[in-house]
Amino acid sequence: MKRWLERYPASREHILDMLHDLQDAEPRNYLRPEALRAVAEYLSMPLSDVVSTATFYSMYSLEPRGRHIIRLCESPPCQLMGAESLLDALTDYLRVEVGRTTEDGAFTVETTSCLGVCGVAPAMMIDAEVHGNLTKERMIEAIEAVRRSDD
Amino acid sequence: MTSGARSPRIVLQNNGVIDPYSLDQAIAVGAYEAMAKIVGEKISPAAVIDIVKASKLRGRGGAGFPTGLKWSFTAAGDPVYIVCNADEGEPGTFKDRLILEGDPHRLIEGIMIAGYAVGARRGYVYIRGEYALSIERMQHAIEAARAAGLLGEDIFDSDFSFDIEIKRGAGAYVCGEETALIESIEGKRGYPRLKPPYPGTVGLWSKPTVVNNVETLANVPPILLNGADWFRSFGTEACPGTKVYTILGHVEKPGLAEAEMGTTLQTIIDEHGGGVKDAKRFKGALIGGAAGAFVCSDCLDKPMDFDGLQEISAVLGSGAILVLSEDASIVDMLDGILTFFQHESCGQCAPGRAGTPALGRILKRIRSGEGRAGDLEQMLRVARTINATALCPLDQSVLLPVESALKHFRGEFEALISG
Repeated sequence: MKRWLERYPASREHILDMLHDLQDAEPRNYLRPEALRAVAEYLSMPLSDVVSTATFYSMYSLEPRGRHIIRLCESPPCQLMGAESLLDALTDYLRVEVGRTTEDGAFTVETTSCLGVCGVAPAMMIDAEVHGNLTKERMIEAIEAVRRSDD
Repeated sequence: MTSGARSPRIVLQNNGVIDPYSLDQAIAVGAYEAMAKIVGEKISPAAVIDIVKASKLRGRGGAGFPTGLKWSFTAAGDPVYIVCNADEGEPGTFKDRLILEGDPHRLIEGIMIAGYAVGARRGYVYIRGEYALSIERMQHAIEAARAAGLLGEDIFDSDFSFDIEIKRGAGAYVCGEETALIESIEGKRGYPRLKPPYPGTVGLWSKPTVVNNVETLANVPPILLNGADWFRSFGTEACPGTKVYTILGHVEKPGLAEAEMGTTLQTIIDEHGGGVKDAKRFKGALIGGAAGAFVCSDCLDKPMDFDGLQEISAVLGSGAILVLSEDASIVDMLDGILTFFQHESCGQCAPGRAGTPALGRILKRIRSGEGRAGDLEQMLRVARTINATALCPLDQSVLLPVESALKHFRGEFEALISG
C-alpha cells in the first residue's frame, strides 16, 4: 500500500487521488480498513477524518463490491427514455437489489446520477465502459459479454 | 441549416477537427496564439481584464456572472489561484466533457490567460471522477504543453510562469458549487462554505481564488485574439457570444449544439435537434437540468439567454434542454428530479437534509394515487422554505423545478389527487 501512497506528497490535498488508487488496486473495488488506516498514518490524520472524507463521495465504498460495477443512470434524460423499467429488468435478471452484489461476486448494481452521455440515453457504465441506447436485450447482452470475458 | 439562423462555432471550433492528443494539430489551428499575442504585445493583466469586460462574456456554468468583473474583484495576494470547474454533473449536461476531450489545449490556454490576468502562477482543473477519458486527455495535453515550454517557467521568454494540475473528483454533485469544489481540492468533504467571503477574497487555502467554468474559459482565447467587438457581434446585447447546448429527450437527433445566445427554443429543437421525435406534439421542456425549470409551449419563441429566460421565471443554467413530447409525464419527471436532489443534497444544512426528502415523500404519495387535498400547496411551501433558508444554491434551486412544474402542468398533478 505504501508504494501507492508514496506517489503523492504527504499532504491532505492528495487524499482523493490516494483513495481512488487504493480502491482501484483492490479486486473487490472497495477501501479496506487497512487502506484507510494507511492513509491516516501517511497523512498524519485521525482515522475518523479519513473515513468521514471517504464516505462523503459516492465513488468510494467501504464494503466489498463485485468484480464489476454496473452503474445505471437514473437522471431525468435517461429516466425519460425508459431507465426505470431497465432498472427493474436489471435487478430481476441478476436477482440482486440496487446497492448489492450478486452471489457469485461478479456484479454490483448501482444507480448513478448523470454520466454525461445523455446523447445515447438510456445509458449505463460497466466499470469504465459506457453502454448507450440501451434496451433490455442490449443491457443483458453487455452483461453477458463481460461475464464471458471473465471466464 | 434550413433557415438563415447563424450557428457560429466559437467554443467547439476545433472539436472533431483536430486530434486531441496532438499538440501540433492544436497549434496548427491557433492554440496558444492568444497567449503569444499577450506576451508579444506586452498586454498588461489589467488590459486583459478590460478586454474580457468589454466582451461582456458571462459565466457559462449557469449563473451568468460577468467574467471580467469576477476577475477584477479578485484580491491581490500571494499566491492567487485559478480553478477551472470541470465537475460537470448537472443532469443532461456534457458540454464541458466534449471541450475537455475534444480541444484540451483551448482550455489550457484559457486557464493560462485567466491566471495571467489575476496574477496566478498556479491553476487547478477539477474534473469529476466519472470522466475518466476527460482526465486522461487533459493530463496528456498538460504534459505535452509542459514539454513544449508552453507551461512552466518564463512562458514565451516572458517573466510569466504558470502551471496546471488536475484534481479528480469522486462522485459528489455538490462539488460543482464553487466553495464545495474548493473544499474538495483541499481534500475534505465537499461541504459548501457560507458566502461571503467569496472565493475572490478567501478561496483555496484561504487565498484569493477565481473559479471559472470550462466553457467560460474556452471562450477566452478567441476573445483575446479577435477582440471584444468581434465577440459582441454574436448573440445578444446583454449576453454576447454563443452557448453550447445539449439537446436531449424526445427529439430526432439528440446531441450537442452551439448556437448564438438569444436563439429561440423552437430553432434549437427544429434545426439542431431535428424536431420533436416521431412528429409528436411538443409538450414542454426542462431547461437547465435538475436545477432548472420546466417550460411549456409558450416559451418556444422566447430568445434564450440568461436574461430572456429569467423573464419567464426559467433559467439557462448549464444549457441542458430536455424536450418532452406529449408522451412524457411531468409528475414522473419531477419525481426523478426530487430523487436526484435527495441523493445529492450534501447533508450539511437542515433545509436540504430534511426538506428535500419531505418534498419527495409528498410527490411519491401523489404519484401512487394517495395524494391529499392541499398537497400541492404544501409542496410549494416546503420548496419555498428550502429556497429561502438552504445554505447553498444546490438545495435552493429545488424551488425551480417544483414551482415551474406546478405552474405549467398543475392539471396533471391534480388529476392524480382527485383520481
